Amino acid sequence: MNFPSELKYSKDHEWVRVEGNVGVVGITDFAQKELGDIVFLDVTSVGTTFSKEEVFGTVEAVKTVSDLFMPVSGKVVEFNTALEGNPELVNSDPYGAGWIVKVELSSPSDIDTLLASDAYTQLIGA
Amino acid sequence: MEENITIPLHEVHVSLGGKMVPFGGFILPVRYSSDIEEHLTVRSAVGLFDVSHMGEFSLSGPGALSFIQQMTTNDAASLTIGKVQYSALTNEQGGIIDDLLVYRLGEEEYYLVVNASNIEKDKNWLLQHLPDSGVSFKDESSATCLFALQGPKAVDVLQTLTTYPVDQMPYYTNAKIELRGLKDILISTTGYTGAGGFEIYVPLERAEFVWRLLMEKGAAWGIKPCGLGARDTLRLEMGYCLYGNDMNDTINPIEAGLGWITKLNKNFIGSEPIRKAKTSGVSKKLVGFILEERGIPRSHYELYTVSGDKKIGEVTSGTQSPCLQQGIGMGYVAIDYAVPDTLLAVQIRGKMLRARVVALPFVKGTI
Repeated sequence: MNFPSELKYSKDHEWVRVEGNVGVVGITDFAQKELGDIVFLDVTSVGTTFSKEEVFGTVEAVKTVSDLFMPVSGKVVEFNTALEGNPELVNSDPYGAGWIVKVELSSPSDIDTLLASDAYTQLIGA
Repeated sequence: MEENITIPLHEVHVSLGGKMVPFGGFILPVRYSSDIEEHLTVRSAVGLFDVSHMGEFSLSGPGALSFIQQMTTNDAASLTIGKVQYSALTNEQGGIIDDLLVYRLGEEEYYLVVNASNIEKDKNWLLQHLPDSGVSFKDESSATCLFALQGPKAVDVLQTLTTYPVDQMPYYTNAKIELRGLKDILISTTGYTGAGGFEIYVPLERAEFVWRLLMEKGAAWGIKPCGLGARDTLRLEMGYCLYGNDMNDTINPIEAGLGWITKLNKNFIGSEPIRKAKTSGVSKKLVGFILEERGIPRSHYELYTVSGDKKIGEVTSGTQSPCLQQGIGMGYVAIDYAVPDTLLAVQIRGKMLRARVVALPFVKGTI
């Protein structure tokens, strides 16, 4: 499994890539593997502001369904619409084409509370 | 909680990339690569499942048939040697203790195949009613591995390993064949996928040999090892019930849509209340439904009238059908709604999504 060092990770298995005051958010390689084939992303929260760790959507796999948690506080400004027709991008390219939402950070220092790649790797025991 | 049992080929599955999870008291492979890929491989070619967790009981002797008749809902008297029958065990109230397969192997020789999570319950129930003489009972579960070779190419794979004309076997029949030098291997044209194929019962000592042989010979047809994930979506596309989800001790076969395996021209434990249920009608029934909006039903989600104002039942099984690419499910609804084309609503995370009751199966099989 792959956990790029330029990303930050939450204990709920989301990753964030910071681009200015925007965080790009997705789920980790570990999470997509645990879920299995992802068939539907239910995210209707564009425009909504959430606190860190609040649920902003759900990810439906064939076998199971799981909530998506905000790794940082902020407003969801964009959903990756490519996932509407190709939800499997989350499986095949979780850190690239499989990104899920972009978030306008309301508290940029949230980033510092997230895990670095090696700490996340340790957390999942990989 | 008792500890989960590890199946004999555990390490083989791990080495194939199998993700092992607890299910029904056993640790089993849920998937090797992808649920959808495994599912579609079974529909179009051939897949191999290790379902060694299933239970097997031998029943033999001059009293075997009348005992089976007393205990099960289907008419075992219609079983000729070499046939297999889908049936159920019911309690005094007519509730389903388990669903099972009944094999007739010989003149007075039968074989029952039961669900893993019910092995002890079924065994106790059968032993409790076993007559003092005339029937001998043997639990062969832990000495037997069961492989399900499923899909339209299963027959080609199996034929490479035997001179027995497996392509001539009608659906729901059994035979003891020689398989690559192993004598008396019980096979049947059964399965839980609707894709055709075989179930192969192998003595524990030769199980790994047979698994590897099937994988090796199957390579020419693109065989894949398949897990519980694909097994569940395959059975659900066919509308096959899963014990514990779609039926239990408090649901009778009429409610579960299993009237076709319930022969009321004979008496068995539970036949009286089932007869009454059939005559006076049941208040709820298992239906299949397809979501008309984007979403996936899951067990225990609530079912409502299409307007969303009245709860009429609950989902018992649901998934996204890999073949239809739509949410499909089964559930019990109040009898007035158990009619094909009735519109319902499934409550998914607070939203009411429209669904349509359909006749089962969801997908046409290849049997």
